[in-house]
Amino acid sequence: MSKTFFIDLTKCTACRGCQVACKQWKKLPAEKTENWGSHQNPKDLSGVTLKLVRFEEVGDRGDMQWLFFPEQCRHCIEPPCLDAMTVPGSIIHDEETGAVVYTELTAQEPDKDAFQMSCPYDIPRINEETGQVVKCDMCVDRVKVGLLPACVQTCPTGAMNFGDRDEMLALAEKRLAQAKKKYPEAELVDAEYVRVIYLVQTDPDSYYESLSASVAPRGPLTRKQFLATLGRPVKSITS
Amino acid sequence: MTNHWTDIQNSDCILIMGSNAAENHPISFKWVTRAQEKGATVIHVDPRFTRTSAKADMHMTLRSGSDIAVLGGMIKYILDKDLIFKDYVVNYTNASFILGDKYTFDDGLFSGYDPKTKSYDKSTWAFAMDADGNPKKDPTLKNPRCVYQMLKKHYARYDLDKVMAISGMSKKELVGLYETYAATGTGTKAGTIMYAMGWTQHTVGVQYIRTMAMVQLLLGNIGVAGGGVNALRGESNVQGSTDQCLLFHILPGYLKTPSAKDDSFEAYNKAYTPHSNDPKSANWWQNYPKYSASLLKSMWQDDDPAKSYEYLPRLDKNAASIYSWLPMFDKMEEGMFKGLFAWGMNPACSGANSNKTRNALSKLDWLVNVNIFPNETGWFWEGPGMDPTKIKTEVFFLPCAVSIEKEGSITNSGRWMQWRYKGPNAPNDQKPDGDLIYELMHEIQSLYKKEGGAYPEPITRLTWDAIATNGVFDPHKTAQLINGRFTRDIEIKGKMYKKGELVPSFAFLQADGSTTSGNWLYCNSYTEKGNMAARRDLAQTPEQANIGLFPNFSWCWPVNRRILYNRASVDLQGKPYNPKKAVIAWNGEKWVGDVPDGGWAPGSKYAFIMRKHGFGQLFGPGRADGPLPEYYEPLECPVKEHPFSKTLHNPTAIKFDDEKKAVCDPRYPLIGTTYRVTEHWQTGLMTRNCDWLTECEPQVFVEMSPELAEMRGIGSGDKVVIESLRGSLWGKAIVTKRLKPFSIQGTTVHQVGLPWHFGWTWPKDGGDSANLLTPSVGDPNTGIPETKAFMVNVRKA
Repeated sequence: MSKTFFIDLTKCTACRGCQVACKQWKKLPAEKTENWGSHQNPKDLSGVTLKLVRFEEVGDRGDMQWLFFPEQCRHCIEPPCLDAMTVPGSIIHDEETGAVVYTELTAQEPDKDAFQMSCPYDIPRINEETGQVVKCDMCVDRVKVGLLPACVQTCPTGAMNFGDRDEMLALAEKRLAQAKKKYPEAELVDAEYVRVIYLVQTDPDSYYESLSASVAPRGPLTRKQFLATLGRPVKSITS
Repeated sequence: MTNHWTDIQNSDCILIMGSNAAENHPISFKWVTRAQEKGATVIHVDPRFTRTSAKADMHMTLRSGSDIAVLGGMIKYILDKDLIFKDYVVNYTNASFILGDKYTFDDGLFSGYDPKTKSYDKSTWAFAMDADGNPKKDPTLKNPRCVYQMLKKHYARYDLDKVMAISGMSKKELVGLYETYAATGTGTKAGTIMYAMGWTQHTVGVQYIRTMAMVQLLLGNIGVAGGGVNALRGESNVQGSTDQCLLFHILPGYLKTPSAKDDSFEAYNKAYTPHSNDPKSANWWQNYPKYSASLLKSMWQDDDPAKSYEYLPRLDKNAASIYSWLPMFDKMEEGMFKGLFAWGMNPACSGANSNKTRNALSKLDWLVNVNIFPNETGWFWEGPGMDPTKIKTEVFFLPCAVSIEKEGSITNSGRWMQWRYKGPNAPNDQKPDGDLIYELMHEIQSLYKKEGGAYPEPITRLTWDAIATNGVFDPHKTAQLINGRFTRDIEIKGKMYKKGELVPSFAFLQADGSTTSGNWLYCNSYTEKGNMAARRDLAQTPEQANIGLFPNFSWCWPVNRRILYNRASVDLQGKPYNPKKAVIAWNGEKWVGDVPDGGWAPGSKYAFIMRKHGFGQLFGPGRADGPLPEYYEPLECPVKEHPFSKTLHNPTAIKFDDEKKAVCDPRYPLIGTTYRVTEHWQTGLMTRNCDWLTECEPQVFVEMSPELAEMRGIGSGDKVVIESLRGSLWGKAIVTKRLKPFSIQGTTVHQVGLPWHFGWTWPKDGGDSANLLTPSVGDPNTGIPETKAFMVNVRKA
């Protein structure tokens, strides 16, 4: 059964447990940061930061919302980044879980920027030290032995969820119905196309410009973009 | 906590005030979120809009330091609209008690005030007594001198206009808060309060909590599932440290530290054992002599308690103004201390007024610093402004094992004692604290035995090997000693107990030296049945499952009771007020559910068994600063007067007259407050040394409103200097609408805030402690410094 994350942003407190747990499991180094007038740090995803909680204040006093967005690769059902691959095996689309995994062969790719360019969510980054293109791999090493991804394991509030796709879709629908009582604008973002489904309490662009797929957010174009990728052969796992 | 983290899920209305729970107690939000899923309303009242506010159903801002006005207004609202849970108020609180003739209140001062000593003669706050020596009561609550009527009178001044003017909250916010929260006073709804250092760190901190406890009593919210008064403790084992009473005024189990006047064990017990003539009052503290004798017997096992009592040090006067943290460092600065153990503590950053604290350290002959990382305390002599060649203090640094490298227990906020096994060995033969203390005292004992001294017996006769096996500290033996053993064969309640057997519970402790117990509250935690704190069994009855109570998981003081004062959750027939979330219920023969507050049949004993008279104290005549909470300004404040009386500040607050305070001082026009973030802990010693956490929160920041930033020409991310009468530091500006200017008595007042997690040692560009700014003033009951409201200025660096 393929896997899916369901991330309920109405329950995210931005404790950043997920951001730190990711670095801990992946043994990724901390970046040298400075406070830049925001609690969000590092400022952006990078070659050593694969999961980042973004902070955004919207509205005015009285109706202010402080929106938190733990950003990561969406593990698309039909990953557009496969189009960027020229070295066979640099991306593995795992059949069992649906995880989209970048391998060390990405270091041999002639056009590494193409990965980020191809991503509707602006996720892939280049690790300067190894030369590899990197992003969240769904903690596929953990998942294959029955563990939760590190970020989900650490979440205290139930914002981060992970499991079989049908169960996550059902949970997402249930939570959406609950959330709509308090947040009439609540919606599930790109649920049909991705394995990381966000429940947002307001317009996704308020959280971050690429929370929903780029190229006219959530419009027909997005759908078209996804449909264009349908029918392409799915790579099977090779290692 | 009267209740537990897990019990928050049972609440219908969660008031988070004086706390930023989502950020500083992230796991608490697991339970807050569950309550919300079931329809609970979460209200956050805070000077800032925080990550907690972002998740709350209602958020409202108040000026830091004005909480008693807001809560006093809530009491008035509840009384005016008669929203009390009357059955509970009459049966379980002292609302019906009649006050004695000497009690008065005039313009911010209670009767009995002595301006010379800045203290009260509390005997003037006594209740009127009947012929049997019990408090006179009027259950109709109509007597003009009864507590209920006195409350009405006292809080009549706390009207919406006055509260608005001093707190900066709007009428809509106040009414929304009062209406929503007071709706829990029905018996079938539960409201809870989650508070933390935002309430305790004030010169009226204890009275903040008193005010809320009174609201909870009026609404019938204490003893019930989803209710209570819940202090979110600042570290995993601070409840355990509190229970063991590592403070000046109390001994383990909240027994009193003897004063000079208590010149025999008999006199001591007599002075602190309350007496009630009412057979319906359980008056649990009547057992005081059993607990004090068992404590003494646990320490000096070869001496009679009457003799070993003489070994205890005594206070000249049991007063925070003499012995608590602030006066201790004040006296240290005057050169009155030879040495200091800073053990798992970093006072150079954690105490108010860091420059004073750091200077005080330089007056010591020696300083022993036990910690897992080098820190600003052990290295104070090379800190900012210090000249090492002029400092005499000899510093010893003892690196120790960290929590996972040792075995033992922690007691969490909800009073659960949880046993933890040992993980890896500490590197470089570093030792657990228990071993360090054991070996240190062992050596001191040897020296006194060899060399003698002025009065060596308290040390030489101490039964120190009671906590060790073959000369090595033994956490199990220590936990067993804290529980207690019988010292001889003895028959109690028809059953024989052998010498050396572990005491089953504190009901079996004796006053004659036949039992030991290092802490009576923990008697029942380690018995012949085993180490109760190590239990991880999830078995529960259907009644327990209904409220998510797991009595076989770990162990909770007292006697595994999970919700304190639970006899107040039922009526006088033992029927739960809220059957849907019953904590206990009388089934005709016995109680089911939680461990009841005493097994007596319903209605036969008053519910609040730890109070002398058996009632929850709306009128509380025991505190240093008054029997009813009263509004006073912080000792540094932006106003010359407030609307409730002409007494501007708490007249009993701890302060040092030679230290100036900024009251309406144009050089320091902004209110400052300090706080924590999720990513760092305390002075940041453990977290500043963890790269992933400093990556998230790398530097001191100063949060301010766009309005203030514009006035000062500051942009978000700019480096700024923040300064007070006592010191200054730099930080990075975070300009945000999450802070706002307040309108206080018609004047615009700005507030800024900064975290206190940083220190000059590491990271090098992180900044220094926010406590460089905070004043040496404190609460008269506890001595806790007022670090949540003080006056500062901010300018671009």
